[in-house]
Amino acid sequence: MSDQFLYGIEVVLNGLMAGVLYALVALGFVLIYKASGIFNYAQGVMALFAAMTLVGIMNGQVPFSHLINAIFGTKIHHFGWNVNAFLAILLTMAVMVFLAWAVQKLVMRHLVNQEPIILFMATIGLAYFLEGFSDLMWGSEIKKLDVGLPQGGSLWIEEATAGLGGEGFFGFFIDKLDIVATVVAILLVLALMAFSNYTKEGRALRAVADDHQAALSVGISLNFIWVLVWSVAGFVALVAGIMWGTKSGVQFSLSLIALKALPVLMLGGFTSIPGAIIGGLIIGVGEKLFEYCFGSGQCFGGIINLGGATENWFAYMLALIFLVFRPQGLFGDKIIERV
Amino acid sequence: MFYREAGDFSTTYPEDSQTFPIKFDRYRYYVVLAIAFLVIPFIINDYWANAVFLPFLIYAIAAIGLNILTGYCGQVSLGTGGFMAVGAYACYKFMTAFPDLNMFINVLLAGVVTAFVGVLFGLPSLRIKGFYLAVATLAAQFFLTWLFNRVPWFYNYSASGQINAPERTVLGVAVTGPNTEAWAAYLFCLVFCVASAVVARNLTRGSVGRRWMAIRDMDIAAEIIGVNPMKAKLTAFAVSSFFVGISGALFFAIYLGAVEVGEAFSIQKSFLILFMVIIGGLGSIFGSFAGAAFLVLLPVAMKIIGADILGMPTDIVAHLQLVVVGALIIVFLILEPHGIAQLWRVAKEKLRLWPFPH
Repeated sequence: MSDQFLYGIEVVLNGLMAGVLYALVALGFVLIYKASGIFNYAQGVMALFAAMTLVGIMNGQVPFSHLINAIFGTKIHHFGWNVNAFLAILLTMAVMVFLAWAVQKLVMRHLVNQEPIILFMATIGLAYFLEGFSDLMWGSEIKKLDVGLPQGGSLWIEEATAGLGGEGFFGFFIDKLDIVATVVAILLVLALMAFSNYTKEGRALRAVADDHQAALSVGISLNFIWVLVWSVAGFVALVAGIMWGTKSGVQFSLSLIALKALPVLMLGGFTSIPGAIIGGLIIGVGEKLFEYCFGSGQCFGGIINLGGATENWFAYMLALIFLVFRPQGLFGDKIIERV
Repeated sequence: MFYREAGDFSTTYPEDSQTFPIKFDRYRYYVVLAIAFLVIPFIINDYWANAVFLPFLIYAIAAIGLNILTGYCGQVSLGTGGFMAVGAYACYKFMTAFPDLNMFINVLLAGVVTAFVGVLFGLPSLRIKGFYLAVATLAAQFFLTWLFNRVPWFYNYSASGQINAPERTVLGVAVTGPNTEAWAAYLFCLVFCVASAVVARNLTRGSVGRRWMAIRDMDIAAEIIGVNPMKAKLTAFAVSSFFVGISGALFFAIYLGAVEVGEAFSIQKSFLILFMVIIGGLGSIFGSFAGAAFLVLLPVAMKIIGADILGMPTDIVAHLQLVVVGALIIVFLILEPHGIAQLWRVAKEKLRLWPFPH
């Protein structure tokens, strides 16, 4: 096998791993969209908020310390303890559940029966609010998140595959964290599927997704389901926040992955969980390969060299072109319109 | 009492179809125009021009453009920042390639170029609807900003990757470049702003605007009663992008003077203008002005109250501002989904019956 081909495979593998992370964010979107028809733009900021809360709790930061200091002239910043990672994750989850309840109680309940586009804009407002709120609460500097996940390149894989190529090939470089993320994503999807198939609440959730009124008529509380679904989305956001936060630090750009998740959703279809996963993988591999081949001009003798950073727009362009041919995405429900 | 149509007789067709049928409205409009053209230029200074008036006028043009697309034709766009960048770079290329060209023509040409780009990215709207289209317009946003960042021809191979507006004059008065007087820049933007508003207002109440609204309300039904969806959608994209392009050109040439595309025309700008349209009121030209005024004044007011009066650090004020803007959007959507324009309409309706409501 030629070295170039092997490098290509490495790019594909890394793309798959990145795709898993996109899919993680996209999952949260699909959950809320299926259950309430709301396209939750704030999902990315929820991931940011979850990661910030986790770091804040682990380091024993005082919430709103900057604000308190500015108003009262005090100089508090830390409680002076460190919380165990597992306990902190549980506490963060509690915060996310509270957030879900507050969103349902204060925002979404008042917007029932509005047009989808109004709901979408409300979640953009929510995203802004949460972004400012989490900065106020925990400070806006870039934080390091370490919950004990393995990091760095996997030597074992590198050594095992080094023999495949020639002199200049040193094996595949794959981040251990990406492998962990993949495993976690698979577990998460399995857990979500088990939850929605084998528990009473999960079945109620699917019923609501199918038909709101029919679900109401058999005695399912919509309010409860919506709080539940926002909590589950908060949980997915927390997992995504941990993965991305460990990978690149907890910072504002974390909320931008929400935008990356949009083309993933469009490829997979808004209503399909497998679609979100496969869409994520396609986008992940596609953008890495495109960057490798045409962005930095490594394929076909470098006839096309776009000068890098094509990852910024490739996903959107792919989704755009794809949608022209299949407007409902790969696995989405067929769009039927009546006058 | 004074605000009603009684006693105001129209004797000709043009009179009957005028924009402001109520006399009071008409005079108010003339007074506002007179103040804007004849009073403000004499009292404006650099601070007011740069902090309030220039951004207000420029964002109002962009908001009118987006309102035509989203509010009148129902096509949600998140690519406004990208289209503003097209306007800015087109204007820059015209300014440097044809140094003798009048600045007015530069800006208009920039608008025309943007209109073509807008039609190009509007083509998928024939197949894609709703959210899907909103996300598809993100492709325009990211692709265009990437393009202007990566292809050196667009910024004339300058070392910094920035574009700088050279000095250009209108009637012998500098309107771009470092020697611009505040009043000249203000008047230049004002002319475009008023012209945009008049054109947009008349387009939206004519047959073109009715076609857009038919498409917005239900595109399949509109198609059945004989509206050509392709024509209606593409004209909406063209007109909207034209205005957005003009505002991008003004934003770069008059307001900022030097632009780095990733900073000035990022996705945040697209959202900002979308918020202006939502808070102001979808499907209302007055709403575009109200929304632009609101979101331009809010940060200024918050800065004055938070940082100068209460003495809080600027970063906390910036975060608070996000919280307030986000909360306001939600509050507006819950209490008044049709925005400030609807409040204004209700107020006018009340005024018509005042003081005898029954």
